Amino acid sequence: MDREKLIVTPLMLGFQELKTEDDLIEMRSAVKRHAADMGFSALNQTKIMTAASELGRNVIEHGHGGSVQIEHIRELDRDGIRLTFTDDGPGIADARLALSDGYTSKKGMGLGLSGSKRLMDEFELISPPGTTVMVTKWM
Amino acid sequence: MTRETAVPLHEMISGAKEEILTEWIKNQLSDKSRSKGVPEASLRNSSSEFIRLFEEAITKGNVDDIEKPEWEEMRHMLAELSATRASQGSTPSDTAKFIFSLKEPLFARLTPEKGQGNTEASAAVWQLSLLLDKLGLYTAETFQRTREAIIRRQQKEMLEMSTPVIKVWDGVVAVPLIGTLDSARTQIVMETLLQKIVDTGSRIAILDITGVPTVDTQTAQHLMKTVSATRLMGAECIISGIRPQIAQTIVHLGIDINDIVTKATMADAIKEALARGGWSFERHLESV
Repeated sequence: MDREKLIVTPLMLGFQELKTEDDLIEMRSAVKRHAADMGFSALNQTKIMTAASELGRNVIEHGHGGSVQIEHIRELDRDGIRLTFTDDGPGIADARLALSDGYTSKKGMGLGLSGSKRLMDEFELISPPGTTVMVTKWM
Repeated sequence: MTRETAVPLHEMISGAKEEILTEWIKNQLSDKSRSKGVPEASLRNSSSEFIRLFEEAITKGNVDDIEKPEWEEMRHMLAELSATRASQGSTPSDTAKFIFSLKEPLFARLTPEKGQGNTEASAAVWQLSLLLDKLGLYTAETFQRTREAIIRRQQKEMLEMSTPVIKVWDGVVAVPLIGTLDSARTQIVMETLLQKIVDTGSRIAILDITGVPTVDTQTAQHLMKTVSATRLMGAECIISGIRPQIAQTIVHLGIDINDIVTKATMADAIKEALARGGWSFERHLESV
């Protein structure tokens, strides 16, 4: 795709440590608030919040805690919200397997990663060392 | 450095204990911003108790780590002090100020004459200052911990309060779920729901999720567990209150809820439950 690009420095909206289930609840409402402030529709707010919930839980359960960074990113003709989840956990050895529906290393449904990929517009996974998952939703 | 200055420090305090105490109490009483809730007698008591424990602890030679056993009595006393003061309406900074205010009379004795033994004196001042800071902060931390314990207790109470099981008809119970459905919450919902099913002999249970902000895979899993448990009790479960955006999110996530009966609203769920029980209704327009 040939796009004329103008990348403006992302606007940092928030940063939060993720260690406990309570952090997750706080992060979820922060993400929803920022998405609502940016003008996302109710549907997209719910999608973003749900993806954040899945990825945040991965950080806590698989990565032994980490953090999330919430940013407003701007390009020439579009605005978006970007969430970057980072942890120093064991990482994901086989990303393709981890991203397939129904695969779980624990007792979950195995839809967290693949599901949040479908809920968002862009998905980037860097691992190992640790795990960094970067997801973006455009307005 | 610790060992060198420790001896003169505690000797200095033992020698001038009464003077320091009098001066300290006088300063505290003359402080205009002092919290009025603390009676003078208790202020005198805690001041002399503090000095006594302070002297005791530094006599043992430890002037920097208040986590050590020689400071145990002091920590205990401060924890109590911060709790009583909080109940008397003092803020955590009032309580910390109580300790910080000891610096003035104490330091006055460490720097007797100008130009003499300056390095040694300032080292001692620095050390004492750090120590009193730690003790002051300890009272603030204790205060915070007490607060947190209260919050946790209230959270737990709220959790239990916010899961009422309502009997809506003979053989039909409903649970309006509000807030995040985490593991602890699911456990409580499940317990109360199953008990109510037994008590009322209900055949149908309605779980309403209108007040649940997101349904992610974990929430879905928790809902499914509740549905399975209800089935094991011989009852059927209907999930209602699924908003359009939640429905779409569930589909995108790829969660399969095909074997669960769902309805958009609680009213629809009640209608369905009654129909299953063989009830039918007629509307008599002439009586409207």
